[in-house]
Amino acid sequence: MPESKETRERIIRIAEIIIEELKLEEITPESFNPDMDLVDELGVDSMDLATVALVLQDEYGVFIDEDDYPKLKTVRLIAEYVQSRLHGQKANDSL
Amino acid sequence: MKTVSTLLDQNWYERYKAISRLNIRSSIYDVTNRCNLRCKGCFFFSSDEHKAAPEEEDVVRWESFVEREQARGVNLAILIGGEPTLYLDRVEAFYKRLPTYCATNGLIKIPRDRFPGMMVGISLWGDEEDERLLRGKDAFAVSSRNYTGDPDAYYLYTITSRQLGRTERVIRRIADAGLKVHMQLLSNDEGVDGFSWTPPQLSDIRAEMDAMLERYPGTVISCRYYHEIITTGRMLGRPFSWNECPSVTEPLDNRHPRPKRLIRFIRWAADLKTMHRCCTSATRDCTTCKDGAAHMSWVMVNKRAHMRSAKDLQNWIEVYEMFAKLYRFIPW
Ligand code: SF4
Ligand code: SF4
Repeated sequence: MPESKETRERIIRIAEIIIEELKLEEITPESFNPDMDLVDELGVDSMDLATVALVLQDEYGVFIDEDDYPKLKTVRLIAEYVQSRLHGQKANDSL
Repeated sequence: MKTVSTLLDQNWYERYKAISRLNIRSSIYDVTNRCNLRCKGCFFFSSDEHKAAPEEEDVVRWESFVEREQARGVNLAILIGGEPTLYLDRVEAFYKRLPTYCATNGLIKIPRDRFPGMMVGISLWGDEEDERLLRGKDAFAVSSRNYTGDPDAYYLYTITSRQLGRTERVIRRIADAGLKVHMQLLSNDEGVDGFSWTPPQLSDIRAEMDAMLERYPGTVISCRYYHEIITTGRMLGRPFSWNECPSVTEPLDNRHPRPKRLIRFIRWAADLKTMHRCCTSATRDCTTCKDGAAHMSWVMVNKRAHMRSAKDLQNWIEVYEMFAKLYRFIPW
């Protein structure tokens, strides 16, 4: 299924946050491969993820459980995770 | 952009992947304030940490404490003291619940039928002459008898400046006892005469440590980069210091900015409430601290800084592998 404009924008924004927080060089949010494995390719560790998670929490107002870090392997998976959390919250809000 | 797979060949990449998701979360626990030795230069006694808090004596409280630690995400308990083997019930409270590493001076034999497979690190300070001088006893003579051939025990050989040119004999004796060894350097917390390091001595001992690793690869658990870091106190051009140390108790860490550090790391006193500043004593001068685990962790938490070149990243992998072997997250 082609990704929606909203998903694409979220992927780009998350890539931007990662580049900024981890001070990555020679890469732009647009050229960031959303399926690149953050640990196996970028060398991200759990402290990096914790830093990124804090910014995501502020930006999207979702709580990112540390036990979920192993699931957040790529930018795309982070975007999907954020999306599902937002939907979960909306569902809760409407209860 | 440099990525792990563009920097490494297939073999190194596989080694990287075998450790990249281990996510080791250690904390350190003073099991007791007592010891059956009183070594000159022991950070615990020389800084009065044994008086910092009374011991919790109820083993049920130890058990529930360990369960809380488990819930806090700790997946490696490092037991120190004092001498943990004086209180095996407390050691058992950890061993039954968490991967546990027990440091000991080796004078008391840990019963293997009660603690099969538990990692044991036996302290050794130089050769028998140094041990008599600093520890009042040739502890190796007893500990090597107690642990001969134990597949889950190794020596933590604290090399003193007087050991230059004499380490091989010690390593050979350990190999003869069928044990492994990891090397670190004495910090000389009590300023015992003749036991502080000079820069030329540090450079000589580095060469000697490298030679031991090369000559006894089946016995020595180490790597050259670790020798470089611990003897020079520098990593990627940065000096080891309070501002860089990763092994600071997290709730007491008031550094700004916070350096890369061990997540959730706490060193607990034996009352199970008091926290110590770091993995050694709060009175130690960080600029002369030679703590092996703190130096290893310093490398480990700075992975992406080592993605400058293939060689740097390989160095990082070797240090991480060494740590993972010492705490049995991967086999020897
Ligand atoms: S055996 Fe260990 S705890 Fe006991 S005095 Fe010596 S260094 Fe300190
Ligand atoms: S004494 Fe050593 S372990 Fe403790 S904070 Fe200083 S550098 Fe770190």
